[in-house]
Amino acid sequence: MAIASHTEFDFAVIGGGLVGAAIAWGLASRGRSVAMLDEGDIAFRASRGNFALIWVQSKGGGMSRYALWTRQSSDAWPQLAEALRIETGLDVCLHQPGGFHLLLSPEEVENRANALKRLHNQPGMVPFECHMLDHAQTEKMLPQIGPDVVGASFCPLDGHVNALRLLRALHVGFQRHGGRYFPDRAVERIEPRGGEFRLRGGNVEISAHKIVLAAGLGNARLAPMVGISAPVRPQRGQIIVTEKVAPFMHYVAHTIRQTDEGSVMIGDSVEEAGFDACVGSEVLAVMADRAVRMFPHLAKLNVVRCWAALRVMPQDGYPIYDQSKACPGAFIATCHSGVTLAAAHALLLSPCIDMGNLPNESLAAFSTRRFDVPTTH
Amino acid sequence: MLLSAHDDSMFRPLIKERGLSLTIFIDGTATLARHGDTVAAAMLASGHVACRTTAVSGAPRGPYCLMGVCFDCLVTIDGSANRQGCMTSVRDGMRIETHRGKREYGT
Repeated sequence: MAIASHTEFDFAVIGGGLVGAAIAWGLASRGRSVAMLDEGDIAFRASRGNFALIWVQSKGGGMSRYALWTRQSSDAWPQLAEALRIETGLDVCLHQPGGFHLLLSPEEVENRANALKRLHNQPGMVPFECHMLDHAQTEKMLPQIGPDVVGASFCPLDGHVNALRLLRALHVGFQRHGGRYFPDRAVERIEPRGGEFRLRGGNVEISAHKIVLAAGLGNARLAPMVGISAPVRPQRGQIIVTEKVAPFMHYVAHTIRQTDEGSVMIGDSVEEAGFDACVGSEVLAVMADRAVRMFPHLAKLNVVRCWAALRVMPQDGYPIYDQSKACPGAFIATCHSGVTLAAAHALLLSPCIDMGNLPNESLAAFSTRRFDVPTTH
Repeated sequence: MLLSAHDDSMFRPLIKERGLSLTIFIDGTATLARHGDTVAAAMLASGHVACRTTAVSGAPRGPYCLMGVCFDCLVTIDGSANRQGCMTSVRDGMRIETHRGKREYGT
């Protein structure tokens, strides 16, 4: 069968989820010719199953650079939301009112306080406001909490968006900037050849001077084709959604948030279940029970939907950004926080990729070099 | 006063022999209904074409698919909000409230 060939692009971004679309939007808005290759409806699509928090308060334990990167993204978020609104007319419903991690026992309070202390005592940590609250202090800000809430940690930087609109706005904005979107285009082979890359999938070949691997869980398979190792695995999270109710939560909580349209989402379960994206009533029951202890009136609401999605989890939990040593011009970007980090990817990372250089001082910590540890002594 | 069921409605019952034997209350108004009818059918037959306004834009909506799929027939039934009218049979004395936008948290 003949192979259709597409004109060369400056960049080809493999992956049309939140990470790929944010980077592709950033590159296209800088005037580059960009192709975005999307797998299609068979993709696992964490971008459509996520919990949509912009979450700062607990990120970066064990790597202060990640805490700073998260903070930078949170700070850049209003700029991204405004740019998308102007370009596309789409409101991604950004709200950053602050977030609670609600705690249901004295042990949970103690563990939380210690974890935050460890996070903030790390070398290189840029401090930000985050403090522990008791029941009464929490109740002042969240009057609907139940008596089982012993306390909380609160960080004024946390927030949320409408993640489905974000994905749509990035795609619309990308195409407004002249980007070419190729749906149903799973990449099977990447061939580095004479200063460019040929991407093959199905009967189509696309060539580009530079490529960005933003294929989520697919990066584990694709990265070795350009000499990079990307140890990412699926980590299942389940979500419960209720009917829409009048606004009652004026902050977000790490397992409960009320969307811009009024639904209540309950989430944040963590399971190692391979590529199985099915819901399970045992986990959903625990999530619902904890949610009702946090907000007792949730018990009266109808549940309208449940789903499971697969986080893209790097081996050590931190994002991976790198340029291939073996095939310069091939970049990789993979992380599990595609919503929180969307602003960093669109506004901070994509200019570096465009310039062909990921600066050491800010991004070296995220290099794949951290996985290259000797296996023998 | 009991409203006569289908004077104002474009819907007519196909089976005439079953009488209007039950009384239900739609937004507090006593309304006659047939045994075996769903809440959605009873509302359509009695001229309540719009059973709610939507939770997001406030647009009026009425029963559409009548088979449990479209969720456009949501009403409050005996105090329980967002019930599917097409999936619930009428009962004598049942209290039905039309929805106005989002339900309140804690009700």
